[in-house]
Amino acid sequence: MFDRDLENTTLPKTRPSELSPESRRSFLGVLLGLGSVLVSALLSVPLIRFSLFPLLRQTTELKSSPVGELSEFSSLTEPVMRTIQIGQVDGWRKTVSEEIVYVTKDSQGQLRVLTSICPHLGCTVPWNKGKSQFVCPCHGTTFAADGTRISGPSLRGMDTLETSVEEGQLQVRFQYFRQLVSDKEVIG
Amino acid sequence: MHSTGTSANHASPRPESGLWEWLNLRTGLDDLLHATLDEPIPGGARFAYIFGSGLLFIFLSQIITGVFLALYYVPSADHAHKTVAYITKAVTAGSFLRSLHFYGASAMVVVLFLHLSQTYIYGAYKGRRELLWFSGCVLFGLVMAMAFTGYLLPWDQRAYFATAVGTNAVGEIPWIGESIKRLMRGGTEMGTLTISRFFVAHVILIPAFIFALVASHLFLFRKAGAAGPTNENPYQPTRKAELFYPRQVIMDLSLTALLIVGLGLLSFMIPVPLGPAANPADAQYVPRPEWYYLPIFQWLKYWHGSAAIVGVLVIPMLLVLTVLALPFLDRSVERRPWKRPAAMAAYVFLVFSIVALGLRSEYLDRHDSGVAQQLAKQNADEDDYMRTPFKPDLSSASLAAANVTLADPLAAKGKTIFEARSCSACHGHGGVGTAAAPALTGVHKEFSSDQLAELFKHPTAKMNAGGMPPVDLPPDDMKALIAYIERLVP
Repeated sequence: MFDRDLENTTLPKTRPSELSPESRRSFLGVLLGLGSVLVSALLSVPLIRFSLFPLLRQTTELKSSPVGELSEFSSLTEPVMRTIQIGQVDGWRKTVSEEIVYVTKDSQGQLRVLTSICPHLGCTVPWNKGKSQFVCPCHGTTFAADGTRISGPSLRGMDTLETSVEEGQLQVRFQYFRQLVSDKEVIG
Repeated sequence: MHSTGTSANHASPRPESGLWEWLNLRTGLDDLLHATLDEPIPGGARFAYIFGSGLLFIFLSQIITGVFLALYYVPSADHAHKTVAYITKAVTAGSFLRSLHFYGASAMVVVLFLHLSQTYIYGAYKGRRELLWFSGCVLFGLVMAMAFTGYLLPWDQRAYFATAVGTNAVGEIPWIGESIKRLMRGGTEMGTLTISRFFVAHVILIPAFIFALVASHLFLFRKAGAAGPTNENPYQPTRKAELFYPRQVIMDLSLTALLIVGLGLLSFMIPVPLGPAANPADAQYVPRPEWYYLPIFQWLKYWHGSAAIVGVLVIPMLLVLTVLALPFLDRSVERRPWKRPAAMAAYVFLVFSIVALGLRSEYLDRHDSGVAQQLAKQNADEDDYMRTPFKPDLSSASLAAANVTLADPLAAKGKTIFEARSCSACHGHGGVGTAAAPALTGVHKEFSSDQLAELFKHPTAKMNAGGMPPVDLPPDDMKALIAYIERLVP
């Protein structure tokens, strides 16, 4: 009650007439206020663009890595091992790491690139020439030359990587996949 | 917002003033606004009084652009230049914002000079305004310190060498100079610690002091009141006063608008270049400070050896003390410039000397063909660097891995063996170790090459138990493998 009374006592004011200097002052004030808001909005455009840069452009990027000339793989009889360099762009820095992949052929005879990381627990799987199989040294999962699982604890075959061809060069996009699951699932 | 509407309806029969009235009753905004805008100006509004607000505006702009630049900047010798290159070359509007911040510093110095000149020429430091003048002088120093510390942060050639010269100049101060220089640099040489120190000074310490001093300066100004025209009594104004709002506000805003348009156009048309990364070993580089430090730069050239104490310490100290003590030295109430010939002569002499020193430095550079050539080359290097597209920094971990293969063909061969034999399956890429087997990085510290070869051929029982197979290799291959393992870095 007390508050209400207090509010009421402060509110009634004599209204200035339409052309009084008071009202001209407030009209000017509104004009200046609007102008300032407009100019501030204009000035904030570069600031917004600057801070929204990660939305406008790619700031983190996994570059595809060259594996070799296509001609090198034209007469493949068994998987060949290649060390590829993976360039990961992270803002203003770039990390280059190395991974091992195998270039092999699928059942249709098309080139296929497999990661050497075992989908079971992540050991590097070597190609066993004698057995004509990939044999994981850690837990003994075996895979066929095209990467399909033959036997052992792994829940899926070796993971194939996305490939592309640029100017006769075989390119691969290296990715990591979740281990211990039956379906291929990209991580990171 | 719902409660806003109802309370306004209850209280006020005039809904058009609802929100403002509601806010005002709770915050007193109206009083605050009146207190700010209804400052009386004896003798009325004038364009001569606009520079203070101009400085406030630039300060605000520097804070905003500075905070945004910090989104991408990293203060370390390894990354400072790369991150500024990223801002300048890659980030959208980055070059524009950096230019705005850079030119803002120059604008600050220019408007500060105008503000100071107006105060001095109008005798506006008179009447109980000693502390007001004093806080203004300290702010002047702080602004120059901001310009000095900010200049280093991009860590390009220009920044590095200008700061090297600047800190060397501090080292010229007798007795304590060398210690101050070392403290500023964070060591005897300029390096990553220097960047950290300059960064903290530039974005935390000095801004904090500036905030405090701007607040005091404004408070003291309002307490003393606007001084008004030169024929006004500094203690007791006699003229009819006009309120700050609206005419003075509009005049002040015209300078702000000019600054916005000027700085915006300048930043857009002539973006500030970034030079190649600092190379302390570049013995040819001719360092030059930014224009507002040229007079001091030139001044210091004249004072060497035993005379240094006079030029570097005595004269500057006398000058600073005189300027600080001005309101105490000049106690007369006379403010009209033509009635203060000594004060005006001193002002003209000082400004003339400063301008002459700056021009002299510029003149000497242009007429020394060696220097002029080198300066032109430096500018050309900057342009070249600006034309190259941004290249990301290769992280140090990547370099270490790459170096092993590049440095030694034997180790390179060992690396292929390491991978072909699936050693990495258990020992990890680059021998960093996995859950299955220990790391091989650093084993060469525990075992000699022969011991390693022996262990590989005949693993111990413990190794066998862990699943390590005997390594059967021709002697050359074994040598290569061990050469590789000995070079592994974590």
